[in-house]
Amino acid sequence: MAVDPITLAVLQGSLEQIADEMDATLERMAFSPVISDGWDRASGIYHPDNGEVIIQGPRGLPNFIYVMEFTVRSVIEWVTDIAPGDVYIVNDPYLGGTHLMDVKMVKPFFYRGQLTAFVATSGHWPDIGGRVPGGFSTQATEVYQEGLRLPPVRIMDRGRLNRDVLDIILRNVRVATERQGDIIAKITALNVGTDRLTALLDRYGKETVFDAIAEMKTRSEQLMRSHIETIPDGTYAFTDHIDSDGIEWEPLAIHLELTVKGSDVHLDFSRSSPPCRGPLNSVRSTTMAGVYIAMKHIFPDVPINAGCFTPFTFDLPETTFLNAQPPRPVAGCASEVCQRIIDVVFGALSQAIPDRCYAAPMGTVTNLSVGGDDPELDPYVFYSFIGGGYGGNYLTDGLTNGNPTIALARTQALEIFEARYPVLFTRYTIREGSAGAGLRRGGFGVIFEFRLLRGLAAGSLLGERGRFAPFGILGGGAAERARHTFVLQGKEHRPAHITKDENVPMQPGDILRLETPGGGGYGNPLDRPPALVARDVRRGYYDHATARRDYGVVIRADDGEADVAATARLRAGRRA
Amino acid sequence: MDMLVGVDIGGTFTDVLTFDEQRCQLHVAKVPTTAGDQSRGLIAALDTLRTSYPHIALVTHGTTVATNAILERKGSRCGLIATRGFRDILELRRRDRPHLYGLTGSYEPLIPRDLRCEVTERTSAEGAVLTPLAEAEVIAVGERLAAEGVAAIVISFMNSYANPTHELRAKAILEARWPDLYVTASADVLPVFREFERTSTAAVNAYVQPTVSGYLAKLQACLSSHGSPGGLFIMQSNGGMMSAAAAQRYPVHTVLSGPAAGVIAAANLAGQSGVANLITYDMGGTSLDVSLVVGGRPLTTGGMELEFGIPIMVSMVDIHTVGAGGGSIARVDPGGILRVGPESAGANPGPVGYGRGGTQPTFTDAQLVLGRINPGYPIGGAADLAFDVPRARAAIAEQVGAPLGLAPEAAAQAIITVATNRIAGSLRRVSVDRGHDPRDFALFASGGAGPLLVSALLRELGAAQALVPYAPGIASAWGCAIADRQHDFVTMLNRRLADLGLDEVARCFAAHEAAGRALLRQEPLPLVETRIVREAELSYEGQTHVVRTPLPAGALTHERIAASFRSAYLQRYGQTEESFAGLGQLLERIPIRLLNLRTAVIGVRPSLALKDFLPRPTTTLHEAYKGTRPVYVTDRFIECPTYERARLPWGERVDGPAIIEQPDTTTWLEPGIAATVDEAGNLLLEVA
Repeated sequence: MAVDPITLAVLQGSLEQIADEMDATLERMAFSPVISDGWDRASGIYHPDNGEVIIQGPRGLPNFIYVMEFTVRSVIEWVTDIAPGDVYIVNDPYLGGTHLMDVKMVKPFFYRGQLTAFVATSGHWPDIGGRVPGGFSTQATEVYQEGLRLPPVRIMDRGRLNRDVLDIILRNVRVATERQGDIIAKITALNVGTDRLTALLDRYGKETVFDAIAEMKTRSEQLMRSHIETIPDGTYAFTDHIDSDGIEWEPLAIHLELTVKGSDVHLDFSRSSPPCRGPLNSVRSTTMAGVYIAMKHIFPDVPINAGCFTPFTFDLPETTFLNAQPPRPVAGCASEVCQRIIDVVFGALSQAIPDRCYAAPMGTVTNLSVGGDDPELDPYVFYSFIGGGYGGNYLTDGLTNGNPTIALARTQALEIFEARYPVLFTRYTIREGSAGAGLRRGGFGVIFEFRLLRGLAAGSLLGERGRFAPFGILGGGAAERARHTFVLQGKEHRPAHITKDENVPMQPGDILRLETPGGGGYGNPLDRPPALVARDVRRGYYDHATARRDYGVVIRADDGEADVAATARLRAGRRA
Repeated sequence: MDMLVGVDIGGTFTDVLTFDEQRCQLHVAKVPTTAGDQSRGLIAALDTLRTSYPHIALVTHGTTVATNAILERKGSRCGLIATRGFRDILELRRRDRPHLYGLTGSYEPLIPRDLRCEVTERTSAEGAVLTPLAEAEVIAVGERLAAEGVAAIVISFMNSYANPTHELRAKAILEARWPDLYVTASADVLPVFREFERTSTAAVNAYVQPTVSGYLAKLQACLSSHGSPGGLFIMQSNGGMMSAAAAQRYPVHTVLSGPAAGVIAAANLAGQSGVANLITYDMGGTSLDVSLVVGGRPLTTGGMELEFGIPIMVSMVDIHTVGAGGGSIARVDPGGILRVGPESAGANPGPVGYGRGGTQPTFTDAQLVLGRINPGYPIGGAADLAFDVPRARAAIAEQVGAPLGLAPEAAAQAIITVATNRIAGSLRRVSVDRGHDPRDFALFASGGAGPLLVSALLRELGAAQALVPYAPGIASAWGCAIADRQHDFVTMLNRRLADLGLDEVARCFAAHEAAGRALLRQEPLPLVETRIVREAELSYEGQTHVVRTPLPAGALTHERIAASFRSAYLQRYGQTEESFAGLGQLLERIPIRLLNLRTAVIGVRPSLALKDFLPRPTTTLHEAYKGTRPVYVTDRFIECPTYERARLPWGERVDGPAIIEQPDTTTWLEPGIAATVDEAGNLLLEVA
């Protein structure tokens, strides 16, 4: 039955508010700082038959947009006797997951005795056990080494907390007390979701709500298709790389052929590299999520539900590392590979719709975890991620120190780190010269440097873009690549895989310095207004030599302004 | 010397309200705000009222000088001095982006990189000096910044919250050498951890300080030269007022000055009607401000983000802004779904019906088409404005009606319904988010567009009643005039509750109280009492978000603090012991951490009731009746009675459908809603 347009708009708003309330509850009650301060979480409502996403919170982590649909589907397939009051906990990457640290909880919603929907929520835990504190192993060769892997099991069994499952989890993760708090936060968020859904159905009737849900799906598809139709038909190919899998120093190619025909998009990844030994494999759900996130960044106004995914078809065979199978290790899929997929979609579409696209952003989360024993305090796991520059784009220069395209996570305050862990920061600055040149240049990466103060620790890094730089588009330059340095007892140690290393033993006084990539440039740098180049130089973003070399701008020594005549001559020579 | 003056200077209008307690006289003036120097408009308004300056006892001022300076980026050229290695904190923010989706946008900090310097020094998180302050470097960078022509300098060192010695020493050095420079030390403004937020708060303070200080000095001089002996006080974002001298030092506290005054007024005016729990909403042209008043007091928060990358973390009335106003644009998206806002036509060009070149239909246009706004009686009483209803109707027909297959009136109705749902959702979110059930609250509607929706929101939220004040247009000025004095203090402890000595807590609160009382003694005013409100911010160990917990009166024990926290925690997250069954036990195992102690020292002023100053109408309901007008209800136009608010006799009931008009707003009573002007002069709406 058709829903009238007013009810439709009202119900769409109401459903979105429910998901948003779930996100807010989880974020405030969570113990994981990655959830509460970093917003590495998402909540949504899903279809009872097939797990299709009905709505997701507008402030939810982009990376979970599509993945959660797979999660709910796996619950439907795995659990045989779904009962009211149950809550399932699951993090298996191969059952609709990402990496093991993203722990999802799913609750069936029963309305008047009938299974009517699922609500689900996902949030990143700072640790999930396994060989490396924080979970970002770079040397794992099987998913078993990466941490505790949970298929959908009952954490709540018909309304009662399942202490057996809880105890197994708490025995297998580091800093277990805080994880109890995260479980409580997630259950509370799910309860908020089912309570509010009950009220909504009481008011509007189940049939009307589900008619509206069906209609919303149609409308989202329609909106996405209307955008796709603005892209000229054709096949656009683009290739970018993952530096290495952490074990073998071999690049992994993501080769995309993106074909637009009318309002359909076909993505062929079949010529990408085969599955790898190390943890830089991706699972199907995460790979597809990357594509949808890229499209949402290009067309932000499409409401997220199953409808906006329908125009896309994939060629994503299991012979590629983008659709790895168990027991391949996958710690890098959610944070790193997913971002490169987004970059590749930008790269391909920049050939078709440059006025809607971005040069490559830094393209890495730069996961850092340090686990150790502080002689003055408790054992700890210090997990952080570090920002980088965004690509120049059709409107502006790239943002400096943006968060990853897949996330909304903010970094924690350095002062909080210093108050909690035995570290002292020595530098947190803009990484000068790290942005790609362009008419609109990239944003800058950062330098993040600290010293261990007390006790022994093990430092692990899982990053990217140490080998293949973030690219520019339309004549813009590439950005600087990542460079990470340990200073161990006064000696520099550079990880063999540049951005990846695990359990590097650190002693008091040892230093870790992370230099993150900037973003690529957009358009020809010779077209950048000289006054803006002079301003950049005055601010120390880059030096005189760079201004001359990359932008063809001559800066006067006396007042720091651009020498207009000399610049024109230099630029004319370059163009010739 | 017995006249009180409340002044609210907004972007468009300067509202001045003077009242003379002894003579029970109240006068109101509304004049255009004078851009550039707002004091001219203020004096003009006072002159309009033929104010006898020598009789002024007190001027309390709500101001947007600081807000505008930031939003328009018209503050002063500032420098920043940071710990070596950290001058970019202000530009790096916390690693974020302006939009959730879409990677456009860049960021310009209030202080550009070429004016940010570093000096050698370092303090640990425990407050120990690791590297002494290199004083010669402070002088050297001071010279550089002075040569660059900065008017203000921010000093923000790592961990200064734990030990501000280096910041204060650097400030002293700079002030000794450059007495004309304004110097802000970050820990003086915000002695709390998180280096970016603290630096940003200090940067805002410095950025607006020369402007605000200059303005207040000029205003004070101006009032004195007119013969006013009264003190000048400024409304703070926390809803209390402070002396002009304090505002000159901490202008960051004035950023939400005007909106806070509005919420204070709401609490006061509803209190006169005996209503203590309110959801207040102020719906203007472009946005809607929502706040909660609980037990007669506005809820406060520890800070907000003024715009992308500019957080200010000072105590303030918790005001949540939603992009929904009279100018909100209605459109049908390419997926065929009707959306209203957050894009706004603003005041210029404004709604289509204003006839100023607006082409996209708005919320106001929909109200016009449905007959709820009197086309000959525009909100705000702007004489030059006459509404063009046919034009509004055509725009709605074409841009909303045709794509949805609806007649123009049905399309206008759809716009209102969608806007109402969105606004109701945000009102609900704001209350639920803060742990309250909206059904336990009364609505308080203000702003030009607010009372148009109040009936619908009353039903939508299930609230018991709603209030429309006597004159929503002067509410903020009233709030200024009646505000208490208030000074807030925070001390960060960040320790496990079990490890905390209660004597230390007591010492800390005593120091707050002494400092607050000292401030109240400067420029004394008649006070009824000094009230001390003590709160602790607590969390379970490991959590980022703290729960503000009011502490019980009397002797504190660890157990009493823990019990207060547990009950505040459940309340905050909308849980009860029962709903939390099983889970609560798990939490019990986790230690409690006390992050901050907060004290509000409130100088309570003698209470005033607006109704004592209002002329009680002697007119009958019939005399208030202005005739009928066709208004679209459900599916057709019906003739609705309209009334003049000022002539409505107190205590008589008006049943919807009806329209109540006044110069600054229109109240629409839906069928089934009844309204009465109560003994406090407020219009009280209830489901009949």
